[in-house]
Amino acid sequence: MPEQRILLRRHLGVDFTKLDNYLKHGGFKMWKRAIELGPDGVIAEVKTSGLRGRGGAGFPTGVKWGFLPKDGRPRYLVVNADEGEPGTFKDRYFLEEDPFRQLEGILISAYAIGAHVCYIYIRGEYWNSKDVTNDAIQQLYKAGWLGKNIQGSGFDLDVYVHSGAGAYICGEETALIESIEGKPGMPRLKPPFPANFGVFGMPTIVNNTETLSAVPVILEMGPEKWSALGSPKNGGTKLMGVSGHVKKPGLFEVPMGTPMREIIYELGGGVLDDKEILAVIPGGSSCPFLTKDEIDVPMDFDALKGVGSMLGTACVTVIAEGTDMIKVMSRVAKFYQHESCGQCTPCRQGTGWIHAICQKLDSGAAGPEAIDLLIDACNQIDGNTICAHGEAAAWPIRSICKKFRPQLEAAIRARMAA
Amino acid sequence: MAAHQMDHDTQSPHEDLSFSAATQAKIQDLLTRYPRKQGALIPTLYLAQDEFGWLKPGAMELVARTLELPVTTVLATAMFYTMLYKTPHGRFHIQICTNVSCFLLGADDLVAAAREVLGIGPGETSADGLFTLEQVQCLCACERAPTLQINKKDYFNVTPTKMREILAELQQEGARLGPSVGWTGHEHGGHSHA
Repeated sequence: MPEQRILLRRHLGVDFTKLDNYLKHGGFKMWKRAIELGPDGVIAEVKTSGLRGRGGAGFPTGVKWGFLPKDGRPRYLVVNADEGEPGTFKDRYFLEEDPFRQLEGILISAYAIGAHVCYIYIRGEYWNSKDVTNDAIQQLYKAGWLGKNIQGSGFDLDVYVHSGAGAYICGEETALIESIEGKPGMPRLKPPFPANFGVFGMPTIVNNTETLSAVPVILEMGPEKWSALGSPKNGGTKLMGVSGHVKKPGLFEVPMGTPMREIIYELGGGVLDDKEILAVIPGGSSCPFLTKDEIDVPMDFDALKGVGSMLGTACVTVIAEGTDMIKVMSRVAKFYQHESCGQCTPCRQGTGWIHAICQKLDSGAAGPEAIDLLIDACNQIDGNTICAHGEAAAWPIRSICKKFRPQLEAAIRARMAA
Repeated sequence: MAAHQMDHDTQSPHEDLSFSAATQAKIQDLLTRYPRKQGALIPTLYLAQDEFGWLKPGAMELVARTLELPVTTVLATAMFYTMLYKTPHGRFHIQICTNVSCFLLGADDLVAAAREVLGIGPGETSADGLFTLEQVQCLCACERAPTLQINKKDYFNVTPTKMREILAELQQEGARLGPSVGWTGHEHGGHSHA
């Protein structure tokens, strides 16, 4: 299946960081449509589209918006642009190359949910993204697309970039909220959920950059037509990428449900040096690894769940045969140890243990029985933490131990013999 | 998150610092963005870092005074985030991604090249205050791996040869510019990011 470019439009060669260019290509046309529909009408359209959160969790966006209590308290829209999942590079595109798409989505979505302040939480290391987005915001204020009485509508909205500072955990929505409040990014217990008690204790909706960028497109195409682009219950197109051992790594836009094999072999050009695939990570290193026999899976939330993994961010990492899986596992383990916020003992200690065992395996100081110890450690983290960082740490390691045991054992024996 | 340590000795007096007028204006603007002053804490810590080079104890106290927050609140937040520096860094902060996609395409060779050229390992700062070398987590430009970031600039598809060229240029620039703002030498700056 070829690419279906709606959101991703690098190929046009237009500088979409300039508001004039964005407007020339139909930008902000959907604001008028949103006003016609009214807030409830916009929410209904998004619900009908079945849009599911593009940050990785896949929760229906319109349903999330419907959770806001009608109690008169001020509401906030927060954008999760804390892209940090290893293997992922999709939100960077909107932030750096097409910033108004997200901002148009923010304007329409804030209007729909009745928010007058929006914080865009951009990961700290994304200096260019912050600069481009801040510049785009300034252009919008000057042109009357942000601020008071936007385009004579009577609707007010202020948008601010809030920079992260190098903590992956702040991609977890309640940690992100804590971080906006100036606190360490430690996830909150839920409930209460952000829709009721979010940033500064107020009702808050947290949506991913790609999710909000899709909102104007849904209004423009109509929710049914947009939804029909994807697979059942997985509407629309999605930015998907491929990196690692492939000939043409890159970012693409395809309908949800496109087989992973096509992403790797057609869009990604196949494996480097025409090797066989050893392992694939479907959408960032929190996702359980797959073997080469599993790559016919359609890339959507439900199909990947069906094979025991996750769509995640839909940026695929390909690992070719001959790669040392102990080293791969150790890198993954190190990441989750480094990024654990430390408040839950199973995660704080468990990720440390897992990384330490991986290092022992890597140095030849542990035998094959350590694989079972790793699985045991994963089992003790899984389900025993406040947030999903625990599962994100446990699931990929456990999947490597279970699916690639022969490769691990061979690598262990080679080290012990050396 | 690795345990952070910092010499925040409350017994000895710290430098009595103040913000430049330009920074003060930026802080006033930040305060309009949040319903509580603490909301402006992380952006204000970035401003303090830009002005003083790193978050030395006097800078933390200045931020606390400016935002009317307890020093402990400021410290707790500053300690949590790796991009808020609790120790002096070199003028050039070389951050090489060694996570999966970059590892698969040879990131470890970049670390080796940097070590060879600079004579320091990951987590170390050169004695002249010019370079801090660090292995970092995914910079999320995996389709252009291996990647690295030097201060606020990204470098993509880096090879060991390109790494050596980049460092040679920075060595020349560093000879002209000298160490980073706030560089106090290793007697205060011995640190590890490991």
